[in-house]
Order: sequence, then structure tokens, then C-alpha cells
Amino acid sequence: MEKLNGLRCRECGRHYPAAPVHVCEFCFGPLEVDYRYDALRGVVTRESIAAGPPSMWRYKDLLPIDGDIAVGHHVGFTPLIRARNLADELGCREVWVKNDSVCHPSWSFKDRVVAVAVTKALEFGFDTVACASTGNLANSVAAHAAEGRLKSYIFIPADLEQGKVIATLVYSPTLVAVHGTYDEVNRLCSEIADKYRWAFVNVNFRPYYSEGSKSYGFEIIEQLGWRTPAHIIVPCAGGSLITKIWKAIKELTLLGLIEGQRGTKMHAAQALGCGPIVTMIKNDTDVLVPVRPNTIAKSLAIGNPADGYYAYKVTKESGGSGEHATDEEIVEGMLLLARTEGIFTETAGGVTVAAAKKLIERGVIPRDESIVICITGNGLKTPDALQDRLDAHVKINPSLSAFDRALADLKSQTP
Amino acid sequence: MPVLVRIPTPLRTLTKGNAEIQAKGATIDSVVDDLERQFPGLKERLLDETGELRRFINIYVNQEDIRFLQAKKTTLKDGDEVSIVPAIAGG
Repeated sequence: MEKLNGLRCRECGRHYPAAPVHVCEFCFGPLEVDYRYDALRGVVTRESIAAGPPSMWRYKDLLPIDGDIAVGHHVGFTPLIRARNLADELGCREVWVKNDSVCHPSWSFKDRVVAVAVTKALEFGFDTVACASTGNLANSVAAHAAEGRLKSYIFIPADLEQGKVIATLVYSPTLVAVHGTYDEVNRLCSEIADKYRWAFVNVNFRPYYSEGSKSYGFEIIEQLGWRTPAHIIVPCAGGSLITKIWKAIKELTLLGLIEGQRGTKMHAAQALGCGPIVTMIKNDTDVLVPVRPNTIAKSLAIGNPADGYYAYKVTKESGGSGEHATDEEIVEGMLLLARTEGIFTETAGGVTVAAAKKLIERGVIPRDESIVICITGNGLKTPDALQDRLDAHVKINPSLSAFDRALADLKSQTP
Repeated sequence: MPVLVRIPTPLRTLTKGNAEIQAKGATIDSVVDDLERQFPGLKERLLDETGELRRFINIYVNQEDIRFLQAKKTTLKDGDEVSIVPAIAGG
């Protein structure tokens, strides 16, 4: 089945052959994979998807892979959890958590994009992959490069959390810590990508890479029983994920898999210390004003998001909204999800939970409508964020009487 | 004011393959005009029909995004480095 038409500029519509390029030569617009949906209609069905593997590759027909999957065979199909305790706490009827904090193999949704990008890099004959990263992408590129026996160069801001540094280094990449913000690392990588013939997953492979995020959206819909939720709250860094979840819904509609359903409102969640997309939404402007990040949510600390404009447009087109979370609210969000659902997410997940809570409290998201909260990364990578909040534990000598005394003390302290 | 301008791959078809160009101008605006004089057609790649910088292009002076400076009015001095960089994804 011939399903791909090469690439197409998202802005001016110019066509390009399938190649490792990401920018329209004429207008600098981002290039996107162009599918032949007419060839896919009737071929991709609920049944054909259900017959696929329990991974993101059950949607391979809607991903830009021509040949065999090279790496990341087990990525995706993470749990969609009915979060009843969290719903009770928020005073809502129906809350779901899409939990990519347990995505295989590197515990974030980035495994979805990287599995596609690295497979594509091998298809194009590259022997080296690279990325600029706020952490999760670094972990995932290094892991999949190891699996694919590729060399990897990973560029990160030098102040990244230690957990994310170790979870990259373990795979033996060349890790380059750059003194600067992520946006500075990204600009540098753009220039490096121009000079060296590497597969930069988020630069020259961006059209393929970003498509992997659609699988997160496909899974939400399938796991809800081919039903669209009324609201999806998505953490935004570069702004790609929210646009690709929206694209996933549109593709499933186009292919007739979710006909006649109500629209889903897409909501963007960002930290107050780095929230240029939510600022666009709140000010209702399509002009992005870059910011210098200052937040504990480092995985979302992109002050100049490449897809900010499109993320804004998705929230607008879908009738959604956006909300900021302060560092304190981020920590509270992490603790709330852990306390109610037993899920330990990273700071980005705290942002999403906190933003969801605020949107519900403000009445933007009605309490009687179905809500999906996107959890995209694992808390074990960013324990530092909670260090100061979680020091309460009991230390005793190994005797029963010591424990009895400690327990009595604890009970007397509990109001 | 001679400055060094770094040209990204998509624009090098216009600069005869050159990745670095010497240009003159006291501001970003005037450097863009000088680039157009040297390489006709380059300006319309950088600016849209209203004369604004295209949405997906970022310009840096000595590594600083000009939106943190005075945008296209940012003044330049001898030896400054101007980078033209397409927006890229990340995370």
C-alpha cells in the first residue's frame, strides 16, 4: 500500500520528496508528512488496529514508516486509567489519566517520537542520531540509539536534573552539556545540524519524529472505546504534542473510525515560569513572545516553542483554553496525583494536573464532562523537585518498643 | 558596519552555497536590505508581504534572539554575528 506522498509545507503547501529535511525552502514553514488518506480509508479500521500488537505500532499505517520497524518495538499502548479518586477530589464525574510515565523503554512519551525518528534514520541510511533535549528526549534517543547500534550525540542544558543526566549516560551516548538554556542549545543544534550529516531527531527529522506523538492520541480514543472525550489537557513545551493529538482525532474522523462524535476541547498546560503558549491563549494572539524560562518544570522549559503558533491555533479551533501553574502548584499537582491515583509523575505532570484543577475550579471545564489528563513523564527522574516537601519520615532503632513509641507519637500528632 | 551573517541551508541556493556572508548595516533591517542587494530574492524569503519577519524564522545577534533586543531595529556594531535560524521542535 502506497500511503505516503512525501512532505508538504504546512504553511504554503509546497511539496517535497521524502527526505531528511524539515523546513520549506521558500517560507520556512515546517514540513509535514503527507499521507494518501484515500488509500487508507477502509484499510485502516477499528478491527485492523485491534489486530495489531499491543504497542504504538498498531497504528503503523498512520505513521511515516515505509519498511520494518527497526527499534522500539514495545513503545506505547500505555494505560488509560479511570481516575476515580482524583475525580472525587476534583469534584468531577469522569476523569482519565493517560499514563506515559510508564512508557517503554525510557518512561516518557518521547519514546513514541524517537522510535519513529530512529527507524526513519536507519531507513535513510544514517549511522549517527542526535538531539537537543530538556531531558526526556535525551533519555529516549540514547536508549533507542543503543538498541539500533547507532552513534548518538545528545545536547542538553548544563543545569539539567541529575536523574535525567544519569538516565542518558547509562546508554553510552556522547553527551554534550551546554552552558545555556534549552533555547540556546536548540539554536546551536540547528547550526550543528547544518554542518554535520547526522539524523537530528528534532531538527532535520522533525517531520517524521513529530508524527510519533499521534499514537498517544490514537490510544486515548481507542482505549475510551472509540469515543472522544470532551476535554484533553496537554502539557506544552515545544507545543508539538497538543497539535499531534488533535491531528490524531482529525485523522480518525477522516477515516470514519469515530464518526458523528462531539468535538474535543484541547487545553494547554504550562508553567507560569515558562508559559509563552498559554500567554498567547490568554491574550488571544497568534504572535508568540519568547520568554526566558524560570521553572522547576525543566522538561517544559522551552521559551521559544517552535509549534507555539499551532498549539495556540489548536486550542482556539477546538474551543479549548490554557492555564499556567506556579512552581508551588506544580508540586501540589504531583502530590495530588500520587496521593489519589498512586501515580508518580515528573514536574511536567504536576503542571498538567495543576492546570486541570484550575480550569475545573474556574468553570472552564464543566465538572460533569469527560476529561483526559495527559501524563507524559516519570517522577523518578525528577525527585529533586519534591526533596523539600517529603522529609517527614520516622527513624527508629530495630525494636518493637521503639516502633510502638513512634506510632503513639504519630497518632498524637494527627489531628 | 560589516557583520557576519550565517545563512541556513534552505537559503544557500540563493547565496551560491555560502554559509557565511559579510554584510553591511547599522540595524537588522538594513542588513536585510544589503543581503537583498547582494543576493536578489533573499529578502522575500525572510520577510512576509507586510514586511514582518516570517513566523518561522528566528534571527540572533551574537547568540541573542532579536525579540529580546529591539527586533528588526536592533543595532549592530562591527564584527557582530547575525544568525538566521529556522524554528525547530524540541523537548
